[in-house]
Amino acid sequence: MAASIRYIARRIVRDYSRNVNCSLTGRIVRSSCPLQLSACRCFTDGAVDKSTHFGFETVTEGEKTERVYKVFESVAKKYDLMNDAMSLGVHRLWKDVLLHIMNPQPGIRLLDVAGGTGDISFRFLDYVRSQQERAARRAARANQTPSWQEISTSHKSSDPGKVEPQQSRAVVCDINKEMLKVGKQKADSMGLTSGLSWVVGNAEELPFDNDQFDVYTIAFGIRNVTHIDLALQEALRVLKPGGRFMCLEFSKVTNPLLSQLYDTYSFQMIPVLGEVIAGDWKSYQYLVESIRRFPDQETFKGMIEDAGFFSVRYQNMTGGVVALHSGFKL
Amino acid sequence: MAQILRTLSGSGLGYIHRGSCVCQALCVRKQHSRLDFSDSHYDRLYPGHIPTNPIQKALLALGSGVAALQNPYRHDMVAVLGETTGWQALMALRDRMKGDPEGCTVLTERPRIRLSTLDVSKMASLPGGSFGREYLRFLEENKVTPDSRADVKFVDNEELAYVMQRYREVHDLLHTLLGMPTNMLGEVAVKWFEAVQTGLPMCILGAALGPLRLSTSRLEPLVTSLVPWAVRNGRQARCVLSIFYERRWDQSLDDLRKELNIETPPFIVMATSKKAPSQS
Repeated sequence: MAASIRYIARRIVRDYSRNVNCSLTGRIVRSSCPLQLSACRCFTDGAVDKSTHFGFETVTEGEKTERVYKVFESVAKKYDLMNDAMSLGVHRLWKDVLLHIMNPQPGIRLLDVAGGTGDISFRFLDYVRSQQERAARRAARANQTPSWQEISTSHKSSDPGKVEPQQSRAVVCDINKEMLKVGKQKADSMGLTSGLSWVVGNAEELPFDNDQFDVYTIAFGIRNVTHIDLALQEALRVLKPGGRFMCLEFSKVTNPLLSQLYDTYSFQMIPVLGEVIAGDWKSYQYLVESIRRFPDQETFKGMIEDAGFFSVRYQNMTGGVVALHSGFKL
Repeated sequence: MAQILRTLSGSGLGYIHRGSCVCQALCVRKQHSRLDFSDSHYDRLYPGHIPTNPIQKALLALGSGVAALQNPYRHDMVAVLGETTGWQALMALRDRMKGDPEGCTVLTERPRIRLSTLDVSKMASLPGGSFGREYLRFLEENKVTPDSRADVKFVDNEELAYVMQRYREVHDLLHTLLGMPTNMLGEVAVKWFEAVQTGLPMCILGAALGPLRLSTSRLEPLVTSLVPWAVRNGRQARCVLSIFYERRWDQSLDDLRKELNIETPPFIVMATSKKAPSQS
């Protein structure tokens, strides 16, 4: 009796240490002992990482974060070129629509998560600048034919000038330093320096205080996050009351014919383009697979509502290839 | 799950069996899921293998051809072009190797030429004029390393993938055997030799289009003497992939050339100071 207890205890300890070893080393061929492994799992569930998807592969959560990081590290330099090639330039229209729907007024603060190469933030600053210029032009036109009354009052008050327009600020936050590097280089070459900051951070754990931002955007980034619910909770936390959450992401195509075409194009063309332009087949294979693994429009809407946002709605673009979800923090 | 199956079956992914096997495969996958990374659809036939269907291969061939023409420094594109277009030529090469006893040995033992497998100090101590010493000298003078060859990805047969890899690794040894440096002129000469020897479409393309990048002063000696010499030697030489070079380091270079039926080059081509792209 004692012997058998000792035997069981020894087996538990051996299985536990083997399991811990497995999770540490990560790559062990399982062909010989699947049953033993499932026995190990029952004993030592807490010690092993939960599994999640990486494209069509199944990996541990820790591994997913690392592999996603490596994907974007390797594609960073050719990221924008590949976006243009894969979407035939249409991604620019999607991002423009995001900005039009956002309709930012001068003076608001934007947090662009997974902002990487800065597309959304640049558009944001341009939009706000053009709004300000339009307002200035309107004011100038109104001043074209002032009555002598107005001239005399403006002389008397000797206004030093218009009130300084409020500075809009965009913060680009990304977990990947290579992507931020490319974004910074782009900003420097475009001459965009004021009102823009670059921060390394994880969407699941943002390095910002509560109630900081008026708008939170995440464009084509949330499907790469390991815990989407955590990212949504963080979004709720850093937004000011009345702030808006906006997510642009690939989604489910509803039209069956378009869906067939889209699938064929995704699986045949895109990895080939990735190999030819960026020299990296596997990253782009991951990209098209990760799109298929992301929840559809309604499910994602439910997830956003669960996180605590109100008035959540979505809008499909290009037949459902891309969906823009939006919610408010009250 | 159903979505994934529909997508997989609809888009013609060749590397996952259709029908009931898919369900089985996915169920089996779920069982070992957590730490089993061997269920990836890559690396099926050999490490680094990426399965592709004929449409993808055609697109790759086209895309890599254009990319390589635009920028010959993209060795990976030249490599992909070679892999996607070389199926027939690789089969013919493999059969030639099988017909030669030494080639058979190469195919069974699968030697790889890497800095880690070469005994550099031993090779450096060999007498000048020996194959190993001259190869080392070639590597130093042209500042190249045998480790810069890309791995084969798109050849869907394990043995043919090795033949392709062997061809890439033997390329530098060919430079030594033919006495050609790695500048554009030398590369074109070697490409002509390889085109005749191997019949790989990538070599034929490289040989035909390479001269377009040469200045006219270099074009003249190329066309009049180097190309005929390369073609003649390509025809008469033994299959260069069948030679077990790793066992012949101490053989004298002249001896080896005589054995392979390769004449010395008609004139010495100097290695220029600017390193030209070496094609894989």
